[in-house]
Amino acid sequence: MAGTTAPSPAGVPTNVTQGSQTKGGIGESTLRPDGTLKVTGEFAYSSDMWHEDMLWGQTLRSTVAHAEIVSIDTSEALAMAGVYAVLTYDDLPAEVKNYGLEIQDTPVLAHGKVRHHGEPVALVAADHPETARRAAAKIKIEYKELPLITDEASATAPDAVLVHEGRDDHHIGHVPHPNIVHRQPIIRGDADEAAKKADVIVKGEYTFGMQDQAFLGPESGLAVPGEDGGVDLYVATQWLHSDLKQIAPVLGLPEEKVRMTLSGVGGAFGGREDISMQIHACLLALRTGKPVKIVYNRFESFFGHVHRHPAKLYYEHGATKDGKLTHMKCKIVLDGGAYASASPAVVGNASSLSVGPYVVDDVDIEAIALYTNNPPCGAMRGFGAVQACFAYEAQMDKLADKLGLDRVEFRQLNAMEQGTIMPTGQPVDSPAPVAEILRRVKSRPLPPERQWEVADGDADVRELPGGLSNTTHGEGVVRGVGYAVGIKNVGFSEGFDDYSTAKVRIEVINGEPVATVHTAMAEVGQGGVTVHAQIARTELGVQQVTIHPADTQVGSAGSTSASRQTYVTGGAVKNSCELVREKVLEIGRRKFGSYHPAWATAELLLEGGKVVTDGGEVLTTIAEVLEDEAVEIEAEWRHRPTDAFDLVTGQGNGHVQYSFAAHRAVVEVDTELGLVKVIELSCAQDVGKALNPLSVVGQIQGGTTQGLGVAVMEEIIVDPKTAKVRNPSFTDYLIPTILDTPTIPVDVLELADDHAPYGLRGIGEAPTLSSTPAVLAAIRNATGLELNKTPVRPEHLTGTS
Amino acid sequence: MDFLRPASWEEALAAKAEHPTAVPIAGGTDVMVEINFDHRRPEYLLDLNRIGDLSEWEVGEKTVRLGASVSYTKIMENLRTELPGLALASHTVASPQIRNRGGVGGNLGTASPAGDAHPALLSSGCEVEVESVRGVRMIPIDDFYVGVKRNAMEPDELIRAVHLPKADGPQQFSKVGTRNAMVIAVCAFGIALHPETRTVRTGIGSAAPTPVRAREAEDFLTAALEEGGFWESGAPIPPSVAKQFAQLASGACNPIDDVRGSAKYRRHAVGIMARRTLGWTWESYRGNERSAQCA
Repeated sequence: MAGTTAPSPAGVPTNVTQGSQTKGGIGESTLRPDGTLKVTGEFAYSSDMWHEDMLWGQTLRSTVAHAEIVSIDTSEALAMAGVYAVLTYDDLPAEVKNYGLEIQDTPVLAHGKVRHHGEPVALVAADHPETARRAAAKIKIEYKELPLITDEASATAPDAVLVHEGRDDHHIGHVPHPNIVHRQPIIRGDADEAAKKADVIVKGEYTFGMQDQAFLGPESGLAVPGEDGGVDLYVATQWLHSDLKQIAPVLGLPEEKVRMTLSGVGGAFGGREDISMQIHACLLALRTGKPVKIVYNRFESFFGHVHRHPAKLYYEHGATKDGKLTHMKCKIVLDGGAYASASPAVVGNASSLSVGPYVVDDVDIEAIALYTNNPPCGAMRGFGAVQACFAYEAQMDKLADKLGLDRVEFRQLNAMEQGTIMPTGQPVDSPAPVAEILRRVKSRPLPPERQWEVADGDADVRELPGGLSNTTHGEGVVRGVGYAVGIKNVGFSEGFDDYSTAKVRIEVINGEPVATVHTAMAEVGQGGVTVHAQIARTELGVQQVTIHPADTQVGSAGSTSASRQTYVTGGAVKNSCELVREKVLEIGRRKFGSYHPAWATAELLLEGGKVVTDGGEVLTTIAEVLEDEAVEIEAEWRHRPTDAFDLVTGQGNGHVQYSFAAHRAVVEVDTELGLVKVIELSCAQDVGKALNPLSVVGQIQGGTTQGLGVAVMEEIIVDPKTAKVRNPSFTDYLIPTILDTPTIPVDVLELADDHAPYGLRGIGEAPTLSSTPAVLAAIRNATGLELNKTPVRPEHLTGTS
Repeated sequence: MDFLRPASWEEALAAKAEHPTAVPIAGGTDVMVEINFDHRRPEYLLDLNRIGDLSEWEVGEKTVRLGASVSYTKIMENLRTELPGLALASHTVASPQIRNRGGVGGNLGTASPAGDAHPALLSSGCEVEVESVRGVRMIPIDDFYVGVKRNAMEPDELIRAVHLPKADGPQQFSKVGTRNAMVIAVCAFGIALHPETRTVRTGIGSAAPTPVRAREAEDFLTAALEEGGFWESGAPIPPSVAKQFAQLASGACNPIDDVRGSAKYRRHAVGIMARRTLGWTWESYRGNERSAQCA
């Protein structure tokens, strides 16, 4: 609160706290080390690696979605000059032949049958990528096609073919059908009874399309066989240690013989949480005794990683005349595709966050993920919360309209706040400024009407739907405004041991103290390495910080996902720095304690390369303390533990922290052609504490744009008759260009979460949630159409599907 | 795959005569995509980049002779007055990098209905200059597109240039894509008013197996403008005429449902674009007439 800071008596210095005088510490927008390199095209991505004498790996993938493999003939491929190895399932060296994030249901190479279009069946290593490609094309596979499971009806039909026979995973006991991966109900209060108090009831059915992460750097890596029979793998991934756990058993190697190093990652967004080419490259390297590089092209990349779960969502809400929500019932059906990937966790999120950031005491919720023969789906930015937000925000608008209330005020009336109990029974025990972020986006002035008009009544087509394609000079163009707000959990939930590890070293080089931070955190573009250096400067009072390359020679950092890395690995770096600081001070006390009483009595800090008291008095330098000694500590760090959700009631303190963002979308719709131009997409988000304000805004703008993409263009189209992907290219899978990206004003709130390091809140995903429904709401506002599916296509806006 | 690099046009014609299956490549913006996607593996690639005059243009009294490899960027920068329809279409081609490489020759060689240049070429009434060791011939654009991704050229012929009449009236081009830049046409429409002959020509892209003209729409409009004395009066076109023109343009489509859009939408959108582009060109014509009268 303002005015509570005690004035310091004259002459007595205000207490100095650790890091408060550090340059380049937390809270500053220090520049990222990879920024210039990436912009100038000089950054080394994993696909740029080269090794003398290396071979090129190629994957042969299934051309059908569901089939028995009758035979595989590799003889012609093997006979080709330049081919060093052709591998199929029969060549796998170990007992373990499957992998998977949670359920090991994914064959390294197809065994007996294929379950989706593009499943890996065979591998080739050759001395030239073109030779490898041609050799793969010469492998003859005979398929006998099987019936397809493509949706809930076909998956759960009484005589449905099972996508996976003989399931023995830990979810099979509680799912109603073996073609359902996981089911998470949440029952709280009595929704049927509460519905009787409702003056209005709104029911809706919503469809969310399959979005792709569309990272620009395709899957790639280099496996180098070691002299000890092990392998060194350089790869772009999101979580080195999770890969390691899945790779080593399949290779038949102990984990210490698989040494992984992160190479340059060109974006991830969840799409690198699963294994892609890692095991394949290692298998080929170990078989041939030569380094093997695999790089997917864009086409293969669309088959090389999981996508966002497409979903069907059925919602019922009730409210009283005065605008209070009475109850909510929903069923969320996520299509997990052929393999489990992260589906169980996505179900947990979709279910537990299905109410949104609102207070509803009586709920009846069910979320399931299906096994089908569609492409496998798993982690993507927003992770189950995105699909739910699209649906509940559409419901909020319908309820407000039915009640004759303002759409934003209706949301504010029902907004959760600190202390609200989630449907899982978990209290929200840190700030939840839902009403406030809505107020902020609403109070922002609207962009001027007809902003596309220039002098002489002409139009600047770049500001209009269609852009330079010159489809309108203002004809048919109607403006719409829409609002949405969302809630995302931060960190891994449901009792997962979500720790990170940091090794921090301080030593004196050329008379200057230098800190080295070593973690296994995957820098995928989020700016983690920048933040780690800032934390080390703040906690150790040094200027020079070296970030050691991420590898498996240090403990796990957990995944770069779930908006968790700044929280968890940032927390681990902070913790290890504190331990190192204590150790440095301890050495100082031992060496110099007798020279000055402050060593024993004062709070001591490291600032500007010196040991200082909290009164600001310099005792000595870090260089004097350390001399030739180095202090190095590797320690694990954990946030508060979470609990599993009860499998029947869904009750449990399942989440670590929540993140809230709100958007206002302003769109211009060409109502005759069905084209949309989003002209402004403003966001307000609580970030707890902005460790690097510039990066925070960048994350929010990026997430906002990714949400815009799935509102108006991004969708992997799967043919319902064949379960084949129809648009695996950037020609037909469209992502927003700069001309599609509106002005994105960002309003950053910093309300500290006392449970988190520096009070910070994970930020990467929340803006991806509310962006999509805000754009949809704005398009509905402009057109008067109901639009229950995203992305919206011109056909939907013109009745020409 | 053999890579042939003729140093002159004559050498290129000889190479094409010797290897009729050779695929000519200039900017490579289409051919390389096909190769990268493994959609085709030609036995020979015939690189035309050493033939400088393919990248040149000449503005004559009545026509522009546009070399087959003149980039879309150059067209936008230099030929906006002479070829306004083609310049507008060039603006919608992919990204700046692609526009720096690609040219009209590639669009014609590929003859995909989605090529952005086709509606402007059709509405201009141009001729394509093709040549082989046997000689030169001029193919009227109306006879050029003969089937899905097929043109009227013989296997030994190469495209040297396009001869486009200089605009004698307003021209427009409009293209629907599902994003605001860098997008392949869902469908496109081009229109050119020809006050000298008192005719109107059109071109439709991505809404039939080949690029097509909306001939019935053209004939209807040409007649309506003539009968109503609109060329002289410069009076606004009645909405009923514009509507009929749009419906006929829509009717000229023979589209398919595909991953980029439905057939129904394509027909609908071509009609809307026809009505709007007619409005813009006619307003421009009227404006020019008025300012000419004032002068």
